[in-house]
Amino acid sequence: MREDRSRSRYTHLATGLGWFSIGLGLAEITAPRSLARLIGLAENDHTNTLRALGVREVAHGVAILAQPDNAAAVWARVGGDALDLGVLGAAMREAETDRARLLAAIGAVTGVAVLDVLCAQQLGRDDAELAAGKRRERHAPGDRTVRVEQVTTINKPVHEVYQFWRNFENLPKFMRHLKSVEMLDDNRSRWRAKGPAGMTVEWEAETLQDSEDEWIAWRSIEGSRVENSGSVRFSPAPGARGTEVRVQLQYSPPGGTFARTIAKLFGEEPEQQIHEDLHRFKQLMETGEIPISDGPSLWRAAQPHKNPDKLRNLAGVQR
Amino acid sequence: MKANCWHGRQHVRVEEVPDPRILNPRDAIVKITSTAICGSDLHLYNGYIPTMKRGDVLGHEFMGEVVEVGSGVRTLAVGDRVVVPFPIACGHCAQCERDMYSLCENSNPNAWMAEKLYGYSPCGIFGYSHLLGGYAGGQAEYARVPFADVGPLKVPDELTDEQALFLSDIFPTGYMGADMCGIQPGEIVAVWGCGPVGQFAIKSAYLLGAERVIAIDRFPSRLQMARDKAGADTIDYEDVDSVHEALKEMTGGRGPDHCIDAVGLEGHSPGPMYGYDRMKQAFMLETDRPVALREAILACRSGGVVSVIGVYGGFIDKFPMGAIVNRSLTIRSGQCHVHRYMRPLLERIQKGDIDPSFVITHRMRLDDAAEGFRIFNDKQDDCMKVVLTP
Repeated sequence: MREDRSRSRYTHLATGLGWFSIGLGLAEITAPRSLARLIGLAENDHTNTLRALGVREVAHGVAILAQPDNAAAVWARVGGDALDLGVLGAAMREAETDRARLLAAIGAVTGVAVLDVLCAQQLGRDDAELAAGKRRERHAPGDRTVRVEQVTTINKPVHEVYQFWRNFENLPKFMRHLKSVEMLDDNRSRWRAKGPAGMTVEWEAETLQDSEDEWIAWRSIEGSRVENSGSVRFSPAPGARGTEVRVQLQYSPPGGTFARTIAKLFGEEPEQQIHEDLHRFKQLMETGEIPISDGPSLWRAAQPHKNPDKLRNLAGVQR
Repeated sequence: MKANCWHGRQHVRVEEVPDPRILNPRDAIVKITSTAICGSDLHLYNGYIPTMKRGDVLGHEFMGEVVEVGSGVRTLAVGDRVVVPFPIACGHCAQCERDMYSLCENSNPNAWMAEKLYGYSPCGIFGYSHLLGGYAGGQAEYARVPFADVGPLKVPDELTDEQALFLSDIFPTGYMGADMCGIQPGEIVAVWGCGPVGQFAIKSAYLLGAERVIAIDRFPSRLQMARDKAGADTIDYEDVDSVHEALKEMTGGRGPDHCIDAVGLEGHSPGPMYGYDRMKQAFMLETDRPVALREAILACRSGGVVSVIGVYGGFIDKFPMGAIVNRSLTIRSGQCHVHRYMRPLLERIQKGDIDPSFVITHRMRLDDAAEGFRIFNDKQDDCMKVVLTP
């Protein structure tokens, strides 16, 4: 996937920090005494302070989770860390403090603070670069386009591979999320795909480019429910090793970010999908069929299925 | 049909499962007449190979009669008696065309899982975890054989099942272990592990022209078979202070010219390193314990080949890379490219150069598979090789 790796890594980190805030905050609010004991403070002297810090902590967590790519929310956490360190530092001087425990707590907060600063800086840098237009892709707000690029080598001549792909009606044979593609005329085609939660999504596409044995590009016609485009390039692999096939797809998933998140939870990673689709394409081109596991992707034990069609379905292989 | 299914660590049982059906044009269904328990099945049995699932049908050494063929299989007919290679290979990808059948790029439908662990995926294997395909195995009454026009080899009537069965895995595996050494006349080969694969490695080293083979193990019956049946000199590693020194002593101080590791990830040794590895393995700090491999590397004469045919599944620790670099050792390995060796080795059997059935110690019914696994794993009753008949 072309999504910027480092950015998404820091967005993930921010999400983690957000949840950490909420967890810590809830602990401070609901169990201030146990927490005080844990970090070496006198149990009863700090109950209200800890509760107040807890409320702040939860608020920061919620703010970050609402916009995990927003540097400002993470900077707010850094402010909170400073506050925490101030409170803990002041407690160092109190008589009833268990200093060893408190020092450990200060160490932990400092560690988190470093992470916060790192994360906020990185997100801020990304924003600046985006503003400067260094990244062509993504982040007009609300643009959640998925971009996927995958490549494989197929031990067949370029022309054969190109010819097979050129007939889009062949694509559902190896792209497990496509139900069917129907060529309406030389240029236009109707695509039906399995959407999230068992929906069927349908769109019409037009072929933008078709250079024999080189590349094919297509995109959904304007106003389609699922806006998408794709291209595939064919080139001879060095040493007469067949054909390198490079596929690029872009789409805005129906249901937007929410549906995409849900889909990810169930393991439907677009990059992984296309990778497996291309493997199936290779299998089909090289062997004439797509081998079927008795236990596709660990969904069932590797033993014969009494209903071969159900197994094919599970394996995503059309008859 | 009845099939031997995996149910967790040291727990297998024969149960009723659906009969296999033809799923693809190049599939065939084989009615199994003989099937074996492989040493590598014990790695599954002991839970060392990831991505197993309760109910998985085990077994990758089997032969039988073709009872059904898909529309795309023209090389086999119903009634043919065949032995089936354990790697599943399509015959058309770049690796198959290079005779590297266990690297087939198409036969593992769960390739993505193997890619995560190994970088790229090897071939699919019958009954050997989901990351190697999730194919139902051959410790059963029937098996579906994908790409049946490429793998199964017809067995001439004059050979018994017991003579032909081990062409499916352990004979070619042992042979490839010796083949990878590139043995020259006069050379001495050392083999770690006198299990069935080790026995075939010894025999094969001689078939390939070794002057002498030294075999290392600790079980008296296995060492005796290595001496009496395979013709090796032997070292009981529990009897000597140092295998390394013993080997030097036996090779004029040069060390064996080539070393074959036919032990794999569950090796034993009397020294403290064994305890170290066993503990790291128990705490998942390494998946495999390479006690034999380390010893083989250090023992091999400079410039020699260390040929690894014992199974390793994941990651090892304290790998003596310095010895390899500074002494120009060559490490060679691979799951056996069985298809490459089956036909020539069948001819060897037909000519009487070798009768592979010498490794069999136990003949049992498929129903008793659990018992077979238990005694084989515990090395009870001098168990060397269990053959099951459905």
